[in-house]
Amino acid sequence: MAQTVFIEAINQAIIEEMRRDENVFMMGEDIRRSVYGATANLLSEFGEKRVLDTPLSENGFFGAAIGASLVGMRPIVETLTSFMWVGMDQLISQAAKMRYMFGGQATLPVVYRASMFYGGGSAAHHSDRSYPMFMNMPGIKIIVPSNPADMKGLLKSAVRDNDPCIVFEDGTLAGMRGEVPENEDLPENELVVPFGQAQMVREGTDCTIVGVAGGVNIAASVSDQLAQEGISVEVIDPRTLVPLDKKMILSSVEKTGRLVITDPAHKVCSAASEIASIVAEEGFWSLQAPIQKVASEQVHIPYTPALEPHVYPDVEKVTAAVRRTLES
Amino acid sequence: MDIDRDLLLLMLRRMWMIRNFELKVMEVHSAGEFAGGAHPYIGEEAVAVGACAALEDTDYIAGNHRSHGHPIAKGGRVDKAMAELYGRTDGYCKGKGGSMHLADYSIGILGESGILGSSVPVAVGAALAASIKGEKFVSLAFFGDGASNQGALHESMNLASVWSLPIIFICENNQYAVTTSYAETVAVEHVSDRASAYNMPGILVDGQDAIAMYEATAAAVSRARAGDGPSLIEGLTYRFEEHSLGLGRVRRGEYRTQEEIDTWRKRDPLDILEQNIIAQGVATREECDDINAETAEEVEKATEFARNSPFPEPSDLFDDMWADPIAFP
Ligand SMILES: Cc1ncc(C[n+]2csc(CCOP(=O)(O)OP(=O)(O)O)c2C)c(N)n1
Ligand SMILES: [Mg+2]
Repeated sequence: MAQTVFIEAINQAIIEEMRRDENVFMMGEDIRRSVYGATANLLSEFGEKRVLDTPLSENGFFGAAIGASLVGMRPIVETLTSFMWVGMDQLISQAAKMRYMFGGQATLPVVYRASMFYGGGSAAHHSDRSYPMFMNMPGIKIIVPSNPADMKGLLKSAVRDNDPCIVFEDGTLAGMRGEVPENEDLPENELVVPFGQAQMVREGTDCTIVGVAGGVNIAASVSDQLAQEGISVEVIDPRTLVPLDKKMILSSVEKTGRLVITDPAHKVCSAASEIASIVAEEGFWSLQAPIQKVASEQVHIPYTPALEPHVYPDVEKVTAAVRRTLES
Repeated sequence: MDIDRDLLLLMLRRMWMIRNFELKVMEVHSAGEFAGGAHPYIGEEAVAVGACAALEDTDYIAGNHRSHGHPIAKGGRVDKAMAELYGRTDGYCKGKGGSMHLADYSIGILGESGILGSSVPVAVGAALAASIKGEKFVSLAFFGDGASNQGALHESMNLASVWSLPIIFICENNQYAVTTSYAETVAVEHVSDRASAYNMPGILVDGQDAIAMYEATAAAVSRARAGDGPSLIEGLTYRFEEHSLGLGRVRRGEYRTQEEIDTWRKRDPLDILEQNIIAQGVATREECDDINAETAEEVEKATEFARNSPFPEPSDLFDDMWADPIAFP
């Protein structure tokens, strides 16, 4: 298997899907010169008609992608989470709602790839981890890959999916290397990861950690460290938040009796909140300790490196949370 | 228009201050002294300095990610600006904002926005307050040619025009948005052409000429103070450096020719203003050089100040979240 960098996995998925289906095209800001790294070599292979550099008009081109998808195209839009606020009207009033409102007549196979650049001194305007806000709005599928192979396989699924998808690309993983299978080694000759199927990252018996996006690596490190003390921690990566594989989470909690969720989004009404509430409602009798959410503090992202790291979940905070569940 | 000698020298001083500040920022950033990004204003100094020279301390400005030039042009402090870039407690925003978000409310700098176009409606709101209260202050919004394509810009210009608000829209047209050229993304030849759609004056100005920027802005400010409504001024300019520090390492391919860059570098706004000042007998070559040296010295001191300022404590994390703090963090 090849070692592939996260950002290259994105590039591979886009190229494969654009080769497979000529209705797939890309649009975004500065993508022809690949300023954000994921769209290298697209222009030379697919040309200007399928690789569009847009004006700085997010509401306009987010909406244009929707319109194109309604009439048979399959657009992939590149943006950053923080620029999505400008295009919220189109994402919510149109992308999320059209199909239902028009009685199923509208089909919107549109993908928004939203990078989340947090943790690098980008300050409040450029550090959003906004997927929970979209979970609150029915109608959008929400993808949160945590490694290069899933990134590739989930993005390919998103392009083929017939509903609006937002792929939240965790910037803290951009340089992460991981094994991505070669296409010829795969049964279908390609890597496609289905939605709604969580992945068991570590097996364990004492406590379950559900990690979201960059939170998965933290959870895996915690599991590895605690294993040395004889504490057995199971780690689950939901991979998609809508749809959410609650079966795997519930059956894990049934086994371990304890749940910690680590989520880089703000803690209030986070993905962690939703997972906690599902387990509280449907898995209550399995629980032997209160559920622990380890998410970002309810404060904006400060620029200074003296404060920023204190906002996010880290190995220390998650370890402490696991220990709290074991106290009871 | 006759420009006061002191005002010309103040403009020159502020332009050198910006230039020397940016040169220092590039130096210390490449030495790894602070981590976040930064967008140099080198080459565009005349736009902000000329425009702000037409304002009073009681007037307001709001700006964008290319954010160091605007506050310095409005009379902001380089020590507090530099300390902000270093993420220190003595920074303008106590280290919470960084390079893209300088602000100084004591002299009407409402803040720089990293989200393009986002601060323009805010500037309109300051002008709305002046109009409601019948006060004489004006508001000025800086935005790029790229941001001129945001819906917020068009909504703001229409709103300001129908309510006849005292605001000046200043487009810093440096002809690129990151790697994307003006011609690829703007449907009109000049951003200022759009003014007619909002029934306000649109003025195209040589953005390398601080005096021209000052004169155009001063006329727009008079108009605004008289209650005659907004204006759109386009300063045609060029950024001499890369879009942001470090970008040259990641992007694929060139987007500006060396020839184009060299041609524009020959129109350095500092040379243009100095030549003018010397020709008018306002100052000698030596006096101009002294201003350069004095500002470089001040930037040097500001950098020492920034380096010696303490970092915030973890317990400062939640400070300034609310005006009336609430119990849950
Ligand atoms: C809403 C939004 N979209 C995209 C960006 C990313 N971005 C930052 S600066 C920039 C280019 C801005 O161009 P322009 O407005 O001309 O200003 P300049 O950088 O040339 O001064 C882009 C696309 C952003 N900050 N905000
Ligand atoms: Mg520009």
